Amino acid sequence: MTRALNDFFAEIGHFAQMFWDVLRWTPRRPWDFGELLNQMVRVGVLSLPVVLLTALFTGAVMALQTYGVLARVNAESFTGSIIALSMVRELAAVLAALMIAGRCGSAMGAELGTMRVTQQIDALEVLATNPVHYLVVPRVWATTIVLPLLVVLSNVVGIYGGYLVSVVLMGANPVSYIDRSFQFMELADVTSGLIKAAVFGFIIALIGCLKGYRTRGGAKGVGNSTTKAVVAASISVLIVDFFLTKILF
Amino acid sequence: MGPMVGEESVQEGAAPEATWAGAGRARIELRDVHKSFGPKHVLRGLDLTVRDGDSLVILGGSGTGKSVLVQHLIGLMRPDRGSVLVDGEDLAALSSAELTTLRQRFGMSFQEGALFDSLTVFDNVGFLLERLGTMTRAEIRDRVFECLELVRLEGTAQRLPSELSGGMRRRVGFARAIAHKPEILLFDEPNTGLDPVTSAVIDELIIRMREKLHSTTVTITHDLRSAFTIATRLVLLHQGQIAAEGTPEEMQASEDGRVQQFLSGEAHGPLTDDEEAEREARRE
Repeated sequence: MTRALNDFFAEIGHFAQMFWDVLRWTPRRPWDFGELLNQMVRVGVLSLPVVLLTALFTGAVMALQTYGVLARVNAESFTGSIIALSMVRELAAVLAALMIAGRCGSAMGAELGTMRVTQQIDALEVLATNPVHYLVVPRVWATTIVLPLLVVLSNVVGIYGGYLVSVVLMGANPVSYIDRSFQFMELADVTSGLIKAAVFGFIIALIGCLKGYRTRGGAKGVGNSTTKAVVAASISVLIVDFFLTKILF
Repeated sequence: MGPMVGEESVQEGAAPEATWAGAGRARIELRDVHKSFGPKHVLRGLDLTVRDGDSLVILGGSGTGKSVLVQHLIGLMRPDRGSVLVDGEDLAALSSAELTTLRQRFGMSFQEGALFDSLTVFDNVGFLLERLGTMTRAEIRDRVFECLELVRLEGTAQRLPSELSGGMRRRVGFARAIAHKPEILLFDEPNTGLDPVTSAVIDELIIRMREKLHSTTVTITHDLRSAFTIATRLVLLHQGQIAAEGTPEEMQASEDGRVQQFLSGEAHGPLTDDEEAEREARRE
């Protein structure tokens, strides 16, 4: 029990240290915009299919679930509102974050973990290059920038998924569906979802890099780091989501 | 970046053959360094001074902490107790940014090369030159090809590390270590796995770095032929401390049983007796 508590607080300490290091090393030269762009492509462009597919089917399933229930009280015209608000305020950000945690957080953990066990991170230090500056800073900021952009697209695709099911399958009126989708939406609903996405992006990349950076042992250590990166990032996203929702709404 | 080797970093008149005796200033000092990994006490109050122009070779059996010692010299590991000073600066007192700057004086070749596997050989060798931003692209290109030629790896510039053999990777690591002409070079088993000819080329390079560029070198090797070729001074690491130290001639003439056992490669003797006694003590 004592050891578990020690490990927990040690993890918090490592996270805080890495957080501080990222902030501290971000403004220092040389700025590697090429690597930032490269990471944005890896996290953003290459994740686009999986994130959008998730949003499309989430919107579609929500339509299937809510349309029937709302029809019981003759309120099916509100299906569009519910789907749009759910996607924009909550679902698009959380689901995209979970997908990115699985796809990119794990990749960062594995990549940095392999670099650690093959002494490539030591080699960076020897070559007068701070590993946090060279490896972690571009990954963290790339994910922080890209995740809100993915969420913007997820919002559109998720709402369209709901539209498809409601209009094509359930026979809802397309004009009133679209009208209702945006009738109750405010700008704050959209911005809060994007703020959440940026915070999630920062946390996912930071945890993924931290787990990889602190890898010990050989192939088994890399495997453990990868698993821990996904689990810790996903749980952190869900916990932070609660507090952000409390603060933002 | 610190002064390039061969410019003003070396004392005037410090001929290589004279430097081993301690004529140069202390570049690296280890004072009472202790390091443990769990119950294993690897370094036990180790004292060592590396002087300007030294070509120091660290000998010792497997698992005696030679690599751990070298990693302390450049601040990759921090001692549990004691201090490591580079040019009089205590590494423990430096910030990470200061330590990063100080490391520009060093070059290190790792046991397995430690090449960046996502970069080509060219980008690996020119990595620090690119980062420093003090050379033009053409200058970097020339320097990288010069280093690759020195380690007999012309024509590999555009290959990835995964396309090279273990020995080739080690040589690329060597080229990367010398590319920025560092003042202090650390070599972790530079000859392991190399054919005799390439091994001799690497030895020659280390000697040339010292004689022409006045680099200070610290080398870990199990290859005694290589050790006696490149060293101006040898130390034998045993049970976390320096068991013996001297010039190649002094070591060969040493009557210390531990030195004699190591040099002759005997299976039984003081070194193995000490290890056996330690194992017994741990069991008890």
